[in-house]
Amino acid sequence: MTGSLLFEAIVFLAGAIICVSIAKRLGLSSVIGYLLAGVLIGPYVLGFIGEEGEDILHFAEFGVVMMLFLIGLEIEPKNFWNMRKTILGMGSIQVGGTMLLSFFLFTLLGFNWKVALVISMAVALSSTAIAMQTIKEKGLMETTFGTSAFSILLFQDIVVIFMIGAMPLLANMSDDTTANNHNESLSLIESLPLGFQTLAIIASVIVIIALGRYVVVPMLRKVAKTGVRELLIAAAFLIVFGISFIMELVGLSPALGAFLGGVVLSNSEFKHELESTLEPFKDLLLGLFFMAVGASINFIVIAKSPLTIAGFLIGVIFLKALVLFITGRAFNLKLDQKLLLTFSLAQVGEFAFVLLSFAFGLNILEQEQMDMLLVITALSMALTPIISIVNERFILPKVGTKESIQRPMDHIAKSHKIILVGFGHFGSTVGRFLRSHGVEATVLDQDSNRVDFLRKMGFEVYYGDATRLDLLESAGIADAKIVIIATNKLSVTKAISKIVDQKYPHIELMIRTKNRYDAYELLNLGREHIYRESLDTSLALASDVLHKLGFRKYTLNRQVKNFIKYDEASLRRLAKAPKQEADYIFKARKELQEQEELLNSDFKRGIVAFDNHWDSDYIRKALEKVTTKYNSK
Amino acid sequence: MKKILILFSHPKLEKSRVNLSLINHIKDKENVTLHDLYDEYPDFHIDVPKEQKLLLQHDIIIWHHPFYWYSCPPLMKQWIDMVLEFNWAYGPEGKALQNKTCLNAITTGGSKEVYCSAGYNSFTVEQFLRPFEQTANLCGMTYLPPFAVMGTHNLSEEKLNDYKINYGKLIDLLQAELTINDFEKISFINDIPQLKAHNT
Repeated sequence: MTGSLLFEAIVFLAGAIICVSIAKRLGLSSVIGYLLAGVLIGPYVLGFIGEEGEDILHFAEFGVVMMLFLIGLEIEPKNFWNMRKTILGMGSIQVGGTMLLSFFLFTLLGFNWKVALVISMAVALSSTAIAMQTIKEKGLMETTFGTSAFSILLFQDIVVIFMIGAMPLLANMSDDTTANNHNESLSLIESLPLGFQTLAIIASVIVIIALGRYVVVPMLRKVAKTGVRELLIAAAFLIVFGISFIMELVGLSPALGAFLGGVVLSNSEFKHELESTLEPFKDLLLGLFFMAVGASINFIVIAKSPLTIAGFLIGVIFLKALVLFITGRAFNLKLDQKLLLTFSLAQVGEFAFVLLSFAFGLNILEQEQMDMLLVITALSMALTPIISIVNERFILPKVGTKESIQRPMDHIAKSHKIILVGFGHFGSTVGRFLRSHGVEATVLDQDSNRVDFLRKMGFEVYYGDATRLDLLESAGIADAKIVIIATNKLSVTKAISKIVDQKYPHIELMIRTKNRYDAYELLNLGREHIYRESLDTSLALASDVLHKLGFRKYTLNRQVKNFIKYDEASLRRLAKAPKQEADYIFKARKELQEQEELLNSDFKRGIVAFDNHWDSDYIRKALEKVTTKYNSK
Repeated sequence: MKKILILFSHPKLEKSRVNLSLINHIKDKENVTLHDLYDEYPDFHIDVPKEQKLLLQHDIIIWHHPFYWYSCPPLMKQWIDMVLEFNWAYGPEGKALQNKTCLNAITTGGSKEVYCSAGYNSFTVEQFLRPFEQTANLCGMTYLPPFAVMGTHNLSEEKLNDYKINYGKLIDLLQAELTINDFEKISFINDIPQLKAHNT
């Protein structure tokens, strides 16, 4: 049934679109949708995808790499360093505990100790793809559960290197040494003794940090200066591919390398740009990955011994859950956080595919054992979202202590998010003044030189094209209260205005405009808060001139205020003018005439007509009028 | 129910414990308009027609302000200068405010004892408020004794709470027909029996 590449692509895409939208409508995680789509199009249901499912799985694992890169982008080095205790502590308890328990379990069940050890290694690892995707989808990254899960997964990413490294040692200890025929040296690191392996890991971490700081960021600046959008996409891919390549070369996990690369770049001004560029690709690749997992569930193996598999499956999940619960307890997590952790990481992860096939290659495992274990792995991954639903709908509501994401309310800047678009002379003044009041705006600017300079001065400035919805979203527009547009490009202002109208109508826009003609257009788009850059300054200059000619400052000050009020009112009247050119000009001329007349009369009286205050002349005249009225009676 | 306009002037409300407490307590009452002048006119450029329209829509005007240098903050004086126009509020044709009621609601740092001929402020609050009294009189308004929160520097939370509740109570009483006869021979509106009864 399988055909061309085009046909396969159609099958995958259509499957994803149909199943994920159904899953979403039912209120389920998109992961379930993808897995289901995989099962449907896989060899045992519709049969669209056959053997090539495994190649696709391998290819789609790249989605996991990208995800780790993106997660790294959100974790600044400082925070990463703060997490070291959780990573090492929780990670070692979870991996060590699971390995120990499952090793005993499988030896008791009569497996050879080597086989039991391989299985226990595979079982100890959880699925970064499934767990992290679900955590991000539910916005739980900031909770203790989120960071704990992430720490454990990160530790597993590191420990898997040693597991792969230990595998050939295991094989060499077997009796028939001829068994090494499948084995091909995969990487540099495996040929090294254990101590050098550690050194190699440290060395490659240093290389990545150095490359990120001294090669990647300058390169991105050069690329940004060209102003060609697709080059930035190319650069983003180059970074991720490059890291993966280096890591695979030395035999480390590409996902781990990508994470480190992300952390290195998280301080750079390109953070949001990289995020928004890679995000859709990551999601699609992960989707593909989940579908491939679904398609790889071998129903023939299941049919052969359904009870054994069900038993193992339940046993493994229970065992993992138990260790996770203990881990959570050791780190004093609240009950609900502990339960979330327990159920979200209880599956066997994608690393198991790698470990198991590697062990099979080394003749440690038999075909039958591997098939069964692969099925268990895939099934346990598929079950995770379902277990999570059970936990969320039936167990958690009874627990009651729900941790809400902490929002520090003591600081205006934190609870009222402001986005400032454009950080030129106008925008920077705005930003400085806000900052002097403790309000830190998230700044977006398109000039990478300026962004770099401002970041050195300590501003939170990001490079990027603010007319793109995804960039605005990664800058946090969803939580923003106000978006300030300080650019003088009308096209940019109009584009943002449109986005806000369509997707975030609750957000207030405060807009700088060049002149009254731009202001007309924006008023007609329904924008309220428009600030003409030329108005206040020109009047300040004019009134200073008049002061030098002998006018009193306070009177001038009041007149400036009146003038602005008049001008704003006429601006709004004129904006409503229909677009017919002749009429428009006529109306404009009439307005100008009106203003001129007003100014004229002000000039003649020496004071504006409606400002009689403190004017004793006015009262005297009025009194005279009254007296003559009474006298004439 | 009578409509009350509170013309509130405080140049630094965010730092005023007492005024924040009073204002927050009464701002959501029905038929009460809280008009925060320093928030409305930060540049002292008062919109006179708007203010006059607002005055016409209300029956009772409360000048609520801290008692700075025995008087009101400058923006409120600016407000009086500008809004109470000749031939609108006073003068031969100025009858816009006639028969409305007016009073000051003030907060003072010094206690009641220092506002007397023997105290270091030499004069009573009543005497210091004469310009406001006469302003109201000239505009044909009935001027009531002031509501005063005094000794704010040493005011306990419990005391402040009592004042706050009394301020709200006063507004309720004013809205339901209190007459001038209720205030004879009283220097502070705080001392009317209806409020005294509450403040045990």
